[in-house]
Amino acid sequence: MAKQSDEAFFWVLFSAGGVVAALLIPVQLFLFGVAIPLGWLQPPSYEHLMALARLPLVRIYLFVLCSLSLFHWAHRFRYTLYDGLRVKHLNEVIFTLCYGGAVVGTAVAAYLLWTI
Amino acid sequence: MSAAKPETIRTPTRYTEFHPRWYRPHVSVYWWLGQRQYLKFILRELSSVFVAIFVVETLFQLRALKAGLESYIEFQQFLQSPAVIVVNIIALLFVVFHSITWFNLAPSAMPIRLGGKRVPAFLVAAPSYVMWAAISVLVAWLVLR
Repeated sequence: MAKQSDEAFFWVLFSAGGVVAALLIPVQLFLFGVAIPLGWLQPPSYEHLMALARLPLVRIYLFVLCSLSLFHWAHRFRYTLYDGLRVKHLNEVIFTLCYGGAVVGTAVAAYLLWTI
Repeated sequence: MSAAKPETIRTPTRYTEFHPRWYRPHVSVYWWLGQRQYLKFILRELSSVFVAIFVVETLFQLRALKAGLESYIEFQQFLQSPAVIVVNIIALLFVVFHSITWFNLAPSAMPIRLGGKRVPAFLVAAPSYVMWAAISVLVAWLVLR
């Protein structure tokens, strides 16, 4: 279980992830998840997206977005389960699953963006 | 002076047989359904689940891009299936809810004072909204140009 001093560290990750998610996710989700699949907008070509994803700055952008957003989720979801569903007895399992998930997601993002 | 009788010195303490219970009202698992504020709180917290779903989608998108044109077309068809579109629309609503609640928190988290007066909340939150709009336009332009 997290010590009190670790709590601040996780909170900073949560907070940074909250900012990144608030600023960046809506537009991306709107474009790729709603507007383009529904045919409201012309889909960008494969080559264009590939060229974008290979730009160093875009790689860093996507890595930061994916990683911090996952740590934001881990913190918030953990406390939702504690307080919302009142499952305090599962603290350690929840902690491991949430932050484990965020670490795995970060590693996958790093691998994909490094090798794309 | 005569010594006090042992009986009067050692007054037997009376212990209650059972430890008195602390007052801990029972809270239902569904405590957040009762009031609008509580429901709003839980919905705000649950927005993080859709943040995570978005990240997973993005990772699959990157994997498809990396695997080549054919897998990317397959991934696009996956995004076009009605169930996925419904999930993404719900996710978009939650993520926008997260953005709005997040930006509106700033005035409470960092009250700014100018000339002894507290700057109105909407003025503290305003720069976040301006930045949100600017970044959204920039990202859309980069993707769609």
